[in-house]
Order: sequence, then C-alpha cells, then structure tokens
Amino acid sequence: MKLRIDPGKCQGHGRCYDLSPDLFGDDDEGYGQVLGDGVVPEARLEEARKAVANCPESAISLVEDEGATRRV
Amino acid sequence: MSESIIPEAGIPDSEGGAPELTDLQERIARGTVAEVVSSPVQDWATDFSHVDPGWAENPYPIQDDLRQRCPIAHTDRFGGVWLPTRYDDVAAIAYDTDRFSSRAIVISNFRPPHDIAPVGGTPPISSDPPFHHDARKLLLPAFTKTAISRYEPSARDFCHQLIDDFTATGTKDSAGTAIVDAATQYAQHIPIRVIADMLGFPPEDGPTFLAFVEDAIGAVNLPPEERGLLMDKQFAYLDKQVSEHMEHPRDDLTSFLINAELGGRKLESSHVVGAMLLLLIAGIDTTWSAIGSSLWHLATHPEDRARLAADPALIPRAAEEFLRAYAPVTMARLVKEDMHWRGTDMKADDWILLSFPAANRDPAQFDRAGEVVIDREVNKHAAFGLGIHRCLGSHLARMELRVALEVWLERIPEFTVADGAAVMWSAGQIRGPRALPLQLQL
Repeated sequence: MKLRIDPGKCQGHGRCYDLSPDLFGDDDEGYGQVLGDGVVPEARLEEARKAVANCPESAISLVEDEGATRRV
Repeated sequence: MSESIIPEAGIPDSEGGAPELTDLQERIARGTVAEVVSSPVQDWATDFSHVDPGWAENPYPIQDDLRQRCPIAHTDRFGGVWLPTRYDDVAAIAYDTDRFSSRAIVISNFRPPHDIAPVGGTPPISSDPPFHHDARKLLLPAFTKTAISRYEPSARDFCHQLIDDFTATGTKDSAGTAIVDAATQYAQHIPIRVIADMLGFPPEDGPTFLAFVEDAIGAVNLPPEERGLLMDKQFAYLDKQVSEHMEHPRDDLTSFLINAELGGRKLESSHVVGAMLLLLIAGIDTTWSAIGSSLWHLATHPEDRARLAADPALIPRAAEEFLRAYAPVTMARLVKEDMHWRGTDMKADDWILLSFPAANRDPAQFDRAGEVVIDREVNKHAAFGLGIHRCLGSHLARMELRVALEVWLERIPEFTVADGAAVMWSAGQIRGPRALPLQLQL
C-alpha cells in the first residue's frame, strides 16, 4: 500500500507529520509531504491508517501500490 | 482578526510622517450600520446572541439543542446572522469561498463596504481569493512547525518563570495551599510573550495588547463610532512600531512585512499594518483560551489530571481533544448574494457565525461527541478551521498549548477549582476562561 497526499486538499494542518514523522514531513510552507516513495511497510499500516483518519481535510489516501506485484 | 472599519485607518505616509487619520464618520458611512440590540435572548433558534452571558457560560447545550431542531439558527441582531451547528454545514461554508466572503470575520454592528474585498482589513484572514493565496503564502514559511520550534525553549523557560513568580509571591495557608488565577497569572502571558517576541514589540507592552484584544474581539456590540475610535488607537500603536522598525530594522516579523513584496512590489502600508494587527490579536486570546480551558478541564476532572501528570507523553493527544471539545475560535463570513441555502433564505450581507466549536461536538462526525476523551485516537476536529483559511498560527498555538500543559503538570500536578462561581468565561467569538481561580499545593 502506498500513501498519497492530495495537494489540492492539504492545508498544512500538519496532523500527519505530528502523528507519524517517519511517514510524513512538511515542505517550506508547512504542507504535508509523503516521505520517500510512500510505500508503507506492513508493520506501519496501522499507523498510516491513523494518519489518514486524522487529516482534517481528508487529503490523505492509502492506495494499492500499482508498482508492486500483488500477493494472493 | 478584527473586522474592517479599519482598512484606511491612520497609516503613515510613505515619507514616514505623522499618521493621517481619515474621517471615521466617512468610513462608517461607506459600510452598513445595524442597530445595537442588547436585550436578553428570547429564543435561541430565532434570536440567538453569541455575546449573551448564558452562551459565554456554557454554549454547548444550546448548540446541541439547535443542532437537533434547526439545525441552522438565525438572529436579527447585528443586522442578521445565521448559525449553522452541524459539522457538514460548517465545513461546506468554510470551503465555499465563492458564496461566502471573509471580508469581515468578527461580527459587530458594522459591515464594511464591498470594495474592501478581496484584501480586507487584516490580510490574509480577511481576504478572499484570488488575493488571499499570495498574501497567505508570504506568511506561511514563518509559521511552519520547524520555524516555530525555535520559540519553544524560551516559551518553556517563560512558563517556568511564571510559576516561579506565583510560587514565590503567593500566600499559602499552613497546609501549603495557595490560590492562583490560572487565566491571568499563567495562560494569558504565554502567547503575549511569544507573539511580542515574534513581532519585535516591547514585552512590557503586554497590557496594551490585552486592551487591543478586548477592543477588537470583546467590544463587538458597541456602536460603530465608539468601536472605530478604539480601532484607531490600535493603528496608532502599530504605526509607531512600523516607524521604529523602519529606523532600526531587525530580524522579526515586523521588519519582514515592511520589506516583503507581492508581485514585485512592496506591500501597501495598510497591508503591513493589517497583517501585524492580525498576528497580534489572533495570537493572543485564542491560545490564552485554549490553555485556560484545558486547565479548567483538568481542575474539574481529577482522573484526567492524574493520568496526564503521570504520563506526560499523552499530553499532545489530550491537547487535541481539548482543542476539539473546547475549541476557542468561532469565525464569521458574509453571504455574497441572496440565495436559498440548505433550507434557509440567506440574503446578501447576512452574517454567518461559523462555529467550529459546534461542528466539533456534532455526533454525526464524532463518537461520544459530548464527552472529553483525552486519549481519543481519531480526532478530525476543526478547531483551526477548514479549507484555505486554516489558522496560520496553528503550529504556534499547538506548541504553546503543549508546553504550557507540560510545564504546569510537571510543576503543579495537583490542583482543583477554588471557587466555581468565580470562574468567568469570555463572550463573543473567542471563548475561554478569563478568571480561573485554582487551589494548588505549592
């Protein structure tokens, strides 16, 4: 699974990088950024879901990683 | 954060000469004046008043009731105001900058003329798109979490110093208990010190800033002429600070604004002073209220107090819950054109009282909405607003609230309300305790 922030929705509340500084950072204006390639290791999925659920603007989504081969 | 009787108020001319006051009467004549109504509220659904003492004391049961039976209340006071109480309605209005203007965001008996949009008197909070975007972008880098973190050590030292002061001077009884007003001896001073530091204003001017806040946010039901005179005083003070910074530039937000450019041009002097007023006013009673309400909650809920004192790592999460349940800030909008909106007939220039506190207690949005759950895991609250006007100072406010609670609980883990009847809450659009006598063990 992969994290995405919709820059059209993010307003820089910073809940994501407050709650999960290992998954999110901020840019020079305080808008949220997904760190690295955004792929969330299995062990961090719960944390990623919490960040999604706490975004006041509903700007974060956790989507299927299209680059990865799905395991059945 | 003040509204705009003010955009053309005494701004120094480009030569840095004496402020030239424009005629207050002339400014007022260009806007719309409503009759001052201060009688007690008859019916909250049709005659509400956010300056009523009952609302100040405890607005939540009123909001809960209105959410059930309206859910958008109305009053003829202030020239006509709508009050949405559901999260969905508050969010829809916050996002709809096409139909709802921010040209005034503090409700009073004066509505400024249309031609002050899209800048407004205190940009960017009073600005509409497209002007808003660049005016906000200019200030964002100074208010990121990283930029704000440089003020944390001095804020922490200052909190300790405030507690040292009342520990040293307070009168204790034989058992070592003392009574301290946490609103006026602690919470109030923290945001004043930090914002004065950021703007480069003399820290000893704190009492002046408090008077400004009261004039801008508290004294909203005065006749516009009286209110305009109060606002002119604030501009005269800010003009003095601008002149002083022009002579002696330094590394602070005032010098930054004086030198800032938008589209290759220096900011209009009215923009510089309006933005300074916004930072000064919006930064003070809001955070003061958040700190005070949190301490009031802890003083009245011993199990939450004991848990946070024992586990300070929980403070950031608890602070979010205090922000949800006791959201200090309510904003306002002005309806742009006559329209039918979600069952109401809104008229052009009707006010909207945009109650983030009411939205934050909507059971359709939050589980156990009426309860304070200090370890709430999912908390999509709207205390800092939603959409393009998200509170510019939210990272600053969060830092101050967290540090204020961390230091207080470390130094004073045990406290109760000394006299419930003496606790006094502010009326109007910013709600928090203005008197909060606590009994402490020193």
